[in-house]
Amino acid sequence: MTSRIIRPKSKLKLDRRSFLRGSLAAAGSLTLVGCDTLPNTPWFKTVLDAGEALTLKAQRAVIGPGALAPEFTEADISPDFKANGSTDVDDAGYQALAANGFKDFRLEVGGLVNKEIELSLEELRALPSRTQITRHDCVEGWSSIGKWTGVPLKHVLDKAGVKPNARYVVFQCFDSLEATLDGSGQYYESIGFEDAYHPQTILAHAMNGKPLPVAHGAPIRLRVERQLGYKMAKYVMKIELVESFAEIGRGRGSYWADRGYDWYAGI
Amino acid sequence: VANKTIALIYRHTLAVRITHWINVLCLTLLLMSGLQIFNAHPALYWGKASRFDTPFLSMTGRQTELGDVKGVTRIAGLEFNTTGVLGASREQGEMTPRGFPTWITVPSLHDLATGRRWHFVFAWLFVINGLAYLLYSLFSGHLWRDLTPSRTQLRGIGRSIIDHALLRFDHGEDARSYNVLQKLAYLGVIAVLVIIVLTGLTMSPGINAAVPWLVDLFGGRQSARSIHFLCATATVLFVLVHVVMVILTGIWNNVRSMITGNYAIKTTGAGHD
Repeated sequence: MTSRIIRPKSKLKLDRRSFLRGSLAAAGSLTLVGCDTLPNTPWFKTVLDAGEALTLKAQRAVIGPGALAPEFTEADISPDFKANGSTDVDDAGYQALAANGFKDFRLEVGGLVNKEIELSLEELRALPSRTQITRHDCVEGWSSIGKWTGVPLKHVLDKAGVKPNARYVVFQCFDSLEATLDGSGQYYESIGFEDAYHPQTILAHAMNGKPLPVAHGAPIRLRVERQLGYKMAKYVMKIELVESFAEIGRGRGSYWADRGYDWYAGI
Repeated sequence: VANKTIALIYRHTLAVRITHWINVLCLTLLLMSGLQIFNAHPALYWGKASRFDTPFLSMTGRQTELGDVKGVTRIAGLEFNTTGVLGASREQGEMTPRGFPTWITVPSLHDLATGRRWHFVFAWLFVINGLAYLLYSLFSGHLWRDLTPSRTQLRGIGRSIIDHALLRFDHGEDARSYNVLQKLAYLGVIAVLVIIVLTGLTMSPGINAAVPWLVDLFGGRQSARSIHFLCATATVLFVLVHVVMVILTGIWNNVRSMITGNYAIKTTGAGHD
């Protein structure tokens, strides 16, 4: 025996109201599903990458190479400067260095340089220094203002002598933001020479007039004042000059770039 | 006897129609990806930097003694329970602390990196489209002819407000051009969208170095971020009123006019000569 479903009053009635309601709902769900899956399609990835490339080109065109990030006064310094990302480092080697006030810390500078060098904190402090009160803008949206003292990166690079084929300065850090077996969770960053030779790009060893606290990246944190906070690597242990960063980490130039963020963080 | 006939007038030029619909696409995605970005730090401040203990607006998800999550929105010292919508809402069935809910953010789940990529691609498209519209409006006369209210119109603004409140809308010959409230609303939203672009650029540390006065103009980066958010809110309110008015004054006629350009008006005969 077969049963038949009878719907005597089921007429497909398409009046304006139900049509509108239906198309709105369809558009809504299409948008939601589409927006979550679209970035995984190759063509849309190309569109998103093009946006980033356009932003980089446009910003480089309007920001003069020597243009300075705004600087502030002592009165503007944030009493509640937020420490984000890693605020301490598990690594036993780092812990030993910290216990001793970083007296045994040596910043290595290597890669495409004429002479590989190692600098102690004392030696870094003895180099020409710059103090700047600047605003730190986190990619999340908040800002804090702090006073940073450190050696302009240019002096350190000049000491080692940069080879002509070097294109990026890579900063390897003590901290791992993500626990991984292969070490790809280790924090690293890279910048080009537009930023590396910029006068406000410093290796800061002091914050608000005191030695850099562990929560803010002791013993040394990079400051790249014309970009967002995630470019300003904390706990820097090694500087490496390279022609390409394709072989480092997952190949996109920084810990966060490897995780989908823009390598150029000017906006 | 008035002889009512329907006349089709050419209301929207091709340039206006194209830029209008590109704008719809851009503003929708900019809003949704913008709320994803906002969710990364759902709090707003005034001034140059954030004072984390005194945001003027914040959305937080709080654990209660019973173990469930409560959404709290604070505006200027006032606290509201906004569980389910703001501060805490369902993410794949689970009540999760997040500023705005999944159904209004792009991507729907927490993903700041992808939200930013969407936001900046559509910001570029929005700016290019907006500049094309503004240049067209300036040089074609659209801005003066169609959008700028006349003195007579401005004097009659009181009557126009009463008419709108009573849902009495222009018909016939009067509906050939925009009324004074329409013109002011369109000019107003253009101004808001210009400010939204400028405050967006002001949040860029790179642009701060290139154009330092811009960040001072808006009273600091955190103020610029707050103004950006408030302008987005104003734009949403504009769109709500705009869509309601489109429906109330004849949805098919209005939508058709923004697709084909033709708008129907009822005229009273042609016997006046």
